[in-house]
Amino acid sequence: MDILYFAWVRERVGKDREQLDPPKEIKDVRALIAWLAARSAGHASALNDTSALRAAVDQQFVALDASIAGAREVAIFPPVTGG
Amino acid sequence: MIDVRLQTEPFDAGVELGRLDRLGGGGVASFTGIVRGNDGLVELLLEHHSQMTLAMMQALAREAVERWALLGVTIIHRHGPLHPGEPIVFVATAARHRGAALDACASLIDRLKTQAPFWKRETFVDGRSQWVEARASDDAAAARWLRDER
Repeated sequence: MDILYFAWVRERVGKDREQLDPPKEIKDVRALIAWLAARSAGHASALNDTSALRAAVDQQFVALDASIAGAREVAIFPPVTGG
Repeated sequence: MIDVRLQTEPFDAGVELGRLDRLGGGGVASFTGIVRGNDGLVELLLEHHSQMTLAMMQALAREAVERWALLGVTIIHRHGPLHPGEPIVFVATAARHRGAALDACASLIDRLKTQAPFWKRETFVDGRSQWVEARASDDAAAARWLRDER
């Protein structure tokens, strides 16, 4: 699975993407974020406060309780600020 | 006509409006967003998702064409480093009547702000740099178009 990070999430994690295979018991985005947060201090500082995070699964915006079953890409980022 | 572009280079709003003027409708509406130079801002950096951003912009354009029976829509959003006074985003709509053109244009810029994956980083003259925070007022503006079934 490709995990993508954007904006300050990317900066705190220290990379813009990583390829990882989460264990089977990780079923939704929120659980994935908690699993990722344990990877490093940078991950933790980016991912500990899930209220500041939004996500997209296979390039569709989703709520954090959305399933990641079969997902090829999960993107994690702060609320968008375009326009 | 649906023309959606994600680019680093500037655009010429006059040229873009001319293309919509020639579609034979009764009205063309447009919005151009410009980088504000408030508070000593020297650079605005726009980050985006290499595939999802353009796809979301195209989906919003298609939805607007269908909802307001537009004759044409142009959406241009720039990314990368931008500076005060530079145009950052352009939305223009052509329709048979002004109401559809104006509503579609307003809806598109409101929804681009909350539904297209862009993130802005501001850098100021004293070297400070910060990510722009999303505003609840932007969410409210976009939500208005979901409620209003005109």
